[in-house]
Formats: sequence, structure tokens, C-alpha cells
Amino acid sequence: MQNKAINEKIYCFHCGDPVYSDLFQEDSHEFCCLGCQSVYSILSTNNLKNYYKYNDHPGKAQDKKAEHLEYLNEPKIAQKLIDFQDNEYTHITLYIPAIHCSSCIWLLENLYKLNTSIVQSRIDFTKKQAAIKFKHSEISLKKLIELLIAIGYEPIITLQDVVKKQKTVNQNSLVRKIAVAGFCFGNVMLFSLPEYFGFGAIDKEYATLFNWLNLSFAIPVLLYSARDYFISAYNSLKLKQVNLDVPLALGIFILFFRSAVEIIAQSGPGFSDTLCGLVFFILIGKWIQNRTFYHLSFERDYRSYFPVAVTSIQNKQKQPKAIADLEVGERILIRNNEIIPADAILLKGKAAIDFSFVTGESNPVKKTLGEIIYAGGRQLGEAIELEIVKSVSQSYLTNLWNNENYKQYNRKFQTFSNSISKYFTIILLAIATSAAIFWLFNSNTDKAWAAFTAVLIIACPCALALSSPFTLSAALSIFDKNCFFIKNTGAIEQLAKINSLVFDKTGTITSPKSQHIQFAGHLKESELRAVASVCRNSSHPLSIQIVNWLKIDTLESIQDYQEIAGKGIQANVNGNSIKIGSANFTKAKTEADAGSSVYIAIDNEIKGYFSILQPWREDLSTLISDLATTYDLHLISGDQDKDREVLQEVFPANNMHFNQLPQEKLSYIQNMQSSDKMVCMIGDGLNDAGALKQADFGIAISDDINSFSPGCDAILEGSSLNKLPQFLTFAQDAMKVIYFSFIISLSYNVIGLFFAIQGTMSPLFAAILMPLSTITIISFTSITTHIYARKNKLKSS
Amino acid sequence: MEMIYFLIGCSVFIALVFLGAFIWANKTGQHDDTHTPAIRILFDDEEPKSSDTESSTQLND
Repeated sequence: MQNKAINEKIYCFHCGDPVYSDLFQEDSHEFCCLGCQSVYSILSTNNLKNYYKYNDHPGKAQDKKAEHLEYLNEPKIAQKLIDFQDNEYTHITLYIPAIHCSSCIWLLENLYKLNTSIVQSRIDFTKKQAAIKFKHSEISLKKLIELLIAIGYEPIITLQDVVKKQKTVNQNSLVRKIAVAGFCFGNVMLFSLPEYFGFGAIDKEYATLFNWLNLSFAIPVLLYSARDYFISAYNSLKLKQVNLDVPLALGIFILFFRSAVEIIAQSGPGFSDTLCGLVFFILIGKWIQNRTFYHLSFERDYRSYFPVAVTSIQNKQKQPKAIADLEVGERILIRNNEIIPADAILLKGKAAIDFSFVTGESNPVKKTLGEIIYAGGRQLGEAIELEIVKSVSQSYLTNLWNNENYKQYNRKFQTFSNSISKYFTIILLAIATSAAIFWLFNSNTDKAWAAFTAVLIIACPCALALSSPFTLSAALSIFDKNCFFIKNTGAIEQLAKINSLVFDKTGTITSPKSQHIQFAGHLKESELRAVASVCRNSSHPLSIQIVNWLKIDTLESIQDYQEIAGKGIQANVNGNSIKIGSANFTKAKTEADAGSSVYIAIDNEIKGYFSILQPWREDLSTLISDLATTYDLHLISGDQDKDREVLQEVFPANNMHFNQLPQEKLSYIQNMQSSDKMVCMIGDGLNDAGALKQADFGIAISDDINSFSPGCDAILEGSSLNKLPQFLTFAQDAMKVIYFSFIISLSYNVIGLFFAIQGTMSPLFAAILMPLSTITIISFTSITTHIYARKNKLKSS
Repeated sequence: MEMIYFLIGCSVFIALVFLGAFIWANKTGQHDDTHTPAIRILFDDEEPKSSDTESSTQLND
């Protein structure tokens, strides 16, 4: 096996990571770590090896942290997490980000083979959710979660389970409305066909029957399918505004009214066909507009980051407690890697807090007893005891979300179609009334009535109502293919108006993924091997990076391995004691250095240190100089200004601000907005969350779109940041397409109006013109949007 | 030609049945997840177990 390791790379049978040692083997399969191997042995003993049949390396690398799940045994907390419970069964829906392939579905739907108390489990692949039904008398919720963790599918448990809430209820009722409208439209077309071709003398007797049938099919369309348009038009008129639904609702109502009058009076065939077609098409437009990404959430706040519960100490009794129930003065216990949920005073223990959520700085900050620690920090190292001084929702960081003045400060966002609909409706009514008055003066009451209704019917802005949804949803899917996920179609219009860009530094214009490692000092070949062997045993991200960077395949055996959380690791290799970790731990003299440093001490002698730097993202300077020509660029960072000189080459010096607290970032954006700038904030992490929400358009940069990102308008994958100028131009181009299609639909209206005001419009003419203009608009918008996408190099031809 | 009244009645009735079926499917959540069933159908049936049925161990019990 040793030889094989040198000659060819071996990959873990479970997760597909390279295998560095032959310590973990089972059934002649090799594993990279004990975690992967234990998942395999659970599955193989339970006859679930099919898991490995559907895909190669279906697992995810195991990085087990110590989990404290005691809180799941608290009935009060568990009650908030479960969907439904009866005497025998409990139903729960869990969000499991590790779901990524068919093997995952297979395994998770066969959970009952692992434990017969699990009755049923169903996976929703796109939402990455598992709906599990289990007998709570036989398996507790805690045991269930532990079982999932044991097979490598750790659910994310937060109190703000937004993904779960995004049920498709609205879309479903819309789909039903479309179904009814489509059903009626089809039938009405069938009964209208004889009318189009002209009835023969014998068939005349059927004309009345067909007309009555058409009218009865129009009733459910008017009352059920088109209901939302009447409600929306009424609501908007109540607020003394005119949105696009007002002329639509007016058109639909006049269509029905005139048809009913004509059919009852037996004076004509009516417009049921146009009515049903119109409602059917505009509902499809609405459905397309409402498409969303079910697997992504744009509404997260601090509750997604914070744990569900912490350990509270009462009368020396440790007890899990939901964080919302924490009271001022309460004592809590925070273990390694847990997040401090509320502002608190340190009472006991050595605190080293990683404030990367709050400030963006990842170097841990040391705190002394009696000092206040703000919520949002992550404790590294031993368990500490704290006394809460502010409740969770009143704490410094969480206050950002309760900030009253930015809840009120919500700029009224007007979509293009809504802003023109006011003028559209007024002009429409003016033309209709003047046509009616003209015919009344010519004492032709019939024509006056015909002209008035025909104008409102023919100018019903159906094509206009479709141009925005079709253009923007085509644009949305193009953005989507380029790893730029925008919340909804309305947000694209907002993006097109942007004229200033504000960047965050850490994690946004630097890349956390491809970290750059340097070693300062000198190590012999055998010493490097020893270091790699020791690091191999640790699951700390820095150790993993060092192992990957050293690329050493042959490993030494180690003794007395010890990992001291928050400090470092130590072990004996070939009789030498090796210490790897912080400067303090290895007793090195601290040297000021950018990024994180990992020191190496062999037999208590400092041999040097690894420095891990976050490099700038690829093509950053071209990106910034591209943007600088058209946009106002700003940089606000929570970090110290050690990079100021480097960044000065690309950013204007006056617009760079360092050491900014989350609140200051927010007010910086507010200031820009008050000088009438349309601001786009590009950031990541909780420390930018306030600014992202305040900005006219907030983009959260993420290197793993399934990981948590704060509330925003769009999520952009880090690797696509260099396409930002194209994205902005393309959003503006999409708006151009909407303007053009507006002109096209207006010209159709003008042609129709020419006949309408003369009172000579036939139902057949309306029945042809309406679908014709609709099809023109749909094809024009989708073709031109894709042409613009190609022009902006967002789509390969 | 009176037949046409009957035929129209039939065709509308059948169409209504299908509309009702669609609405029922939609209301019972059959369109909630349109992706997973497509994967699920490709899973093979269980391989016939030979001897290890009785030895299948229970986890976490």
C-alpha cells in the first residue's frame, strides 16, 4: 500500500478527497479519515452499500465538531422545530445542505433501514430538505439528529428556517387560476371558430347556444382567474395610485360587460374569446415573474447564524435554554466554537473571541475577566462562563435588524410599468370618453357605446403587462447561468439604476477559498514530513491547508497527539516533540504580520512560521478599472488599513474607509443615498448585513451558495465577481428591451384605436389583434434579451 | 342534428373531469417537487438479501 501511495493518487472511497495515509481501510476500500470510514461501516453493516453504487464518492468530507445537542431534549425547544406531532408520530422537516446527488436521496429515503423507528423520510432535492416521520416513543429527536450526523448528513437547525417557509402556496393557487383560464380559453375558442368562419344558414340556430356557452365560460375567468387583478386595482386606487392592474382590470370588466350585453340582447357574439385569452396570457406572465430560487434564501438575519440554544447555568445546574428566552443577569456557558448570543460580561475562563462575523477580522481577540463581549463573537478554546447584560434582540449586533430608522427608510421602489401606467390610464380614458362624446354629438348612441367600450378593450395593456415579466425572467435565467442569483425580477430593474458601488474587503475582494501559504524559516525534509504527519490528524482548517500545501504523501507515525483548541496541536514524532500553533502556544516572539500565522516549534525551538494570506480575487484590478469609468467606487472595510497602499492604486483614496463597524457601514450608505446616489453594496458576512439591506441593491458574495449569506437582493458566487461590469450593463440592456417592447405594444394599440374610435371594431379583429401583439412581444423580448446576453459575453453563441 | 347538444355536453363534461383532476393534483401538493421523483424512479429494487437479514444491526438503540 505504501508503494501504491507514491505511485498513484488514491482517493477516499467515501468523499473523494485524496488519501494521505493507509490508516483507514475497510473491505479493501481506502478512506481519508476516520469520519468517512465510520460512515462506510455504518452503511455496510446495514446493507446500504447501494449508496456507493449510484455515484462515485457520494459523501462529503467529514469535519466533525463536538456537537452539543442536549437542547433537543428540551420539549419547549423541540416544539418549535417540529412540524406536527400526534400520539405516536412526529413529523419534522430538516434542511440538510449536504444533499447533492441521487445517492443522497437514496440513502436518506432508506433511513428506516438504519432505524425501524423512522417510519418515512422524503427528500425534496431542489430545496435540500428531508421530511421525516418517526415514532417519538422509540427514538428521540436528539437521537434522530445524531443518526443523521453519523451518516454525514448534518441538518442545519436554526430558529429562522426561511427555506422551510418558502412554500409554493402562492404559485400553486396561481397555477390553478391559469388552469381554469386555460380550460375556458380552449373551450371558448372551440365554440367561437364557427363564428370566425361565418355561420351557414342552417347553423344559425346554434349561434345563440354557442354564445351562451361562451358567456358561461367567461364567468369563472372573470370571477376566479382574474380576481387578483380586481383586488390589486382596488387596493391601488384606494392608495390614490394607478398601477398597471387598473387598466387591465378595467379592460377585463368592459370585455365581460359588453359581451354580456351583446349576448343577452342577441345583438352580437361578444368578446368572450378575447377575455379568456387575455386573462390566460397575463396570468402566465405573472407566473413567470414569480419564479424564485427555492434553494436560496435572501431574507436571512442574525437568527440564522445564532444557535437555537445555549447552556444556561442556574443554581450550578447546566441546562439548555432557547436563546430568545435568555434574560439579563443569566449565566451561560459557551464552549469551543460556540457563538455568543448576547452582549455579556466574562466571568470565568480564558476568552479568545473570533469576531469575523462582526468586524471581518479573523484574528481572535483576547478578553480579560469582567470585560464586555459583544454578541456575534465565536469562542475559540476552552469553555467560558458569561453573564448576560443585554437580551438577545437588544444586543449590539442584533440591534442592526431592529434599527427603526432603516425600517422606515425604505425608498419607494417604482417599477417601470407601474410608473407609466398612470399616464397610460389617463390617456386611455380621455380617448375613450372623447370618442363617446363625439358620437353622442352626432346623435349615434349605439356607436358612442361601441366606441367607448372598444377603446378600453383594444388598449387593454396585455402586451405591456407581459413585456416586463418575459424580459426580466429571461434576464434572470441568464444571470442564474453565470452564478449570479437575483432575488426576483423587480430587483433587476433596481440593479439597472445603480450608479455607485461600495465594496467590502475581506471575503469580497479577497478570496477566502484559495488561500496563499508562505513558510518563513527553514525545515529539513524529515521535519516537513513530521509537520505534515501531525497536521494530518487535525481537522482545523489551517492544518488542512498546510497539509494540502505541503503535498507530502509519506507520513511518519506519531505518538501522544494532543489538540488544544484555540491554541495548537502537539505530538511526538521519532522522539522529537513537535508543537504547531499560535505564537503564544509555541512561545514564539510575536511578529506583526498580515493574515494568520501558524508557528512550528521542534523540541521547543522555533523553526519558523506559515503565514496564510487571503489573496485578491482574480482580475481584481481589471475589474475595478473597468468599473471606475462609469461608477462611483467606494471601499468600506472592518479591517485595519494595512492594505491601504495596495488598494490606493485602484480605489480613489477619499473613498476608502477602514476600521468600520457594521453600524458605520450602514450610515455610510445612508449618507450616500441622501446625496441621491443609487448604491449597490457588495459584501459578505454578518458585518455587512446592515449595509446590504440598506443599499438600493445588496449583493452578497459567497463561495458556496449553500452556505449562509445575509439578507440581500442577490447572491453572487465569488468566481463570477469579475463579470460584475457585464452584469450591470446587461441589466441596463434588459431595461432597453422593455422600453422597446413598450413602443411596439403602443403601436399595436394605435392601430387598434383607429378602428375602435370609429365604433367599427369586430370581435374577430380583437380576437386576432390581442394574441398577435402578445406573441410579438414575447418573441421580441426573449430574442433581444438573448442577443444582449451574447453581446455582454454572458452567453456563448 | 340534435345530437350536437349531447356531444357538446359530453365534451364539456370530460374536459371538466380533467380540469378537476388537475386541480386535485395541485391541491394535494403533487406539483410541489417536480425534480426529486425523476431521480427516485431510477433507483433499482432491493437486491435479494441472502443471509445477512438476521444480522442487520440496529443503530442508536
